[in-house]
Amino acid sequence: MPFDAATLLSQLFTGLVLGTIYVLLALGLSLIFGLLTVVNFSHGSFYMLGAYLGFFVLGFTKNFWIALVVAPLLLGLLGLLTERWLVRPLYGRSIDDPLLLTFGLSLVLVEAARLVWGKMGLTFDPPAALAGAVNLGFTYFPAYRLFVIAATAVVVVALWLFLERTTLGLVIRAGTRDALIVRALGINLNLVWLLVFGIGCALAGLAGVLAAPMRGVYPEMGVTIVIESFVVVVVGGMGSLLGAIVAGLLIGEVVSLTTFFAPKMADIVVFLVMAVVLLVRPSGFFGEAGLME
Amino acid sequence: MGRVGALIARHPIPAFFVVFAVFPFVVPYKALATQVLIYGLFALGFNLLYGYTGLLSFGHAAFFGLGAYGTGVTLARLGVTSVWAGLAAGLVLAAAGGALIGYLCLRRRGIYFAMLSLAFAQLLYFVGFHLSWITGGDDGLRGIPVLPVGLAGVRVSIETPLAFYYFVLVVVGAAVAVLKRILDSPFGAVLQAIRENTDRAAACGYDVTRVKLLSFVFSGAFAGLAGGLNALYLQVVPIDTLYWTTSGQVVMMALLGGAGTFFGPFVGAGVFLILEDVLSVFTESWPLVVGAIFMAFVRFLPRGIWGTVVGLEIMGGLDGPPKPPERSHTPRGTRGVARP
Repeated sequence: MPFDAATLLSQLFTGLVLGTIYVLLALGLSLIFGLLTVVNFSHGSFYMLGAYLGFFVLGFTKNFWIALVVAPLLLGLLGLLTERWLVRPLYGRSIDDPLLLTFGLSLVLVEAARLVWGKMGLTFDPPAALAGAVNLGFTYFPAYRLFVIAATAVVVVALWLFLERTTLGLVIRAGTRDALIVRALGINLNLVWLLVFGIGCALAGLAGVLAAPMRGVYPEMGVTIVIESFVVVVVGGMGSLLGAIVAGLLIGEVVSLTTFFAPKMADIVVFLVMAVVLLVRPSGFFGEAGLME
Repeated sequence: MGRVGALIARHPIPAFFVVFAVFPFVVPYKALATQVLIYGLFALGFNLLYGYTGLLSFGHAAFFGLGAYGTGVTLARLGVTSVWAGLAAGLVLAAAGGALIGYLCLRRRGIYFAMLSLAFAQLLYFVGFHLSWITGGDDGLRGIPVLPVGLAGVRVSIETPLAFYYFVLVVVGAAVAVLKRILDSPFGAVLQAIRENTDRAAACGYDVTRVKLLSFVFSGAFAGLAGGLNALYLQVVPIDTLYWTTSGQVVMMALLGGAGTFFGPFVGAGVFLILEDVLSVFTESWPLVVGAIFMAFVRFLPRGIWGTVVGLEIMGGLDGPPKPPERSHTPRGTRGVARP
């Protein structure tokens, strides 16, 4: 096997790109879970819809940047509707019920995508401005992939500023600690839950548009990646945003390096990492033991 | 109606045999009846874990698949000529898988359980996919022979669809009787105690994790037996047997029928398969309709069909009062209990 530092470095960069998609998905899952204790099983379908809606808007406007903004907003809107009309009626019932309902929703969405856009995948070209490759000194790396890394970094920093530096962010953090007290202070938490579900789904939509030029657009595109994102959330610690970021990047690297050294193990290695983490540190990297169990 | 209900409640196993003895003559074709029995058993195994112990597994494809490959490999690759030995191999493999996956999944409780079981089942899918020299990989495991079955010293042919159906009925009926015995035992009572209140069961001195693990092993064994029967029925094990969609199907079957009720899973398997059969005539997009129906059930009819029927006054006493898993869900913290 040809092996040198440059190939290894470029493989690490590829892993970083894959990791950013995991991070965006896991952040949404973790945010929703942290505040609402809902496992959004349809997260992968929202990711898929993000890619398709991005494709649709791109075809309509011929402008990638508009698609990049509009598709996540549409997904955020869909998230708002989902929380209000599908998930909210289940509060106060078994903790499994929202998971079951969103599982049904994911079946419906994937099948609807097949019906509307067909079973064949679509190709989604990166914007002309990012079409080439950039010389990183050790290798040429696709400019679009570098853009994905940068865009994710911007989103993560913005999300952090929002949660840590704004009043609304303070309310959200307080809500994850003790919703009863937050309510007693006269804050309408229903609106906060609605908003957080919307933000989580918008992040899934953004991940979908960003991933589309790299991974293609097809109805089942969200299935495998959402299961891997569940693993990221478990490894990072459920409800921990820092955990989602660290574990997302780590698993991206692990998958990328395994693809390089032992291609057949690439599908499996994610789950092996999870098994090891479960044995050594069951609550995940940043999870509090006993939280939400 | 009330008296019929009481009769079924008192003699569930004979009632099961009577209903399914005439069942193949009621449905449009025999193959559908066989599938209802096999998937009913699969859903019954799933329900032992979800409906009775309160653990939602999204990875039961793993045990169905282990059973199918265990039985299939024994008969098709190892040259064993006893159907019983084949089924036993599948059952043991699935139970062992249940022990291993259960041990790992039970490291985390609550909602994690569903995600972990899903992930481990997916792991097994990829392993099965790559180990093509054993499993046949993407092409599926082919060449599972239809062997005569040794029953009380006589070898009986099960080649006709009806003979095969009754063979499946005997196996599934026996499994149902065993499960009934398990649930009526003190062990079964502990399972339900854990579902109702895990902390109290632990306070009463029960080793909750051990009981859950045992429940996992039993559940895997029943699912594995169903998988083995399915391998005999199809004479091939497609790789999709291990795919997460299989797990999703059994979740839907158990919930449509009624989780936590004894016969609900059979009702659910029947409704699901007949629905699939009828809808796929009209539209390729039948999963869309089934998914929407499933969502409506979660929202409006969480007890499922059988759970709702037996909950009606008129059927009083049938199957006992249905108890869907009750782990109250409110967004974090609203319970007003300070967390450590």
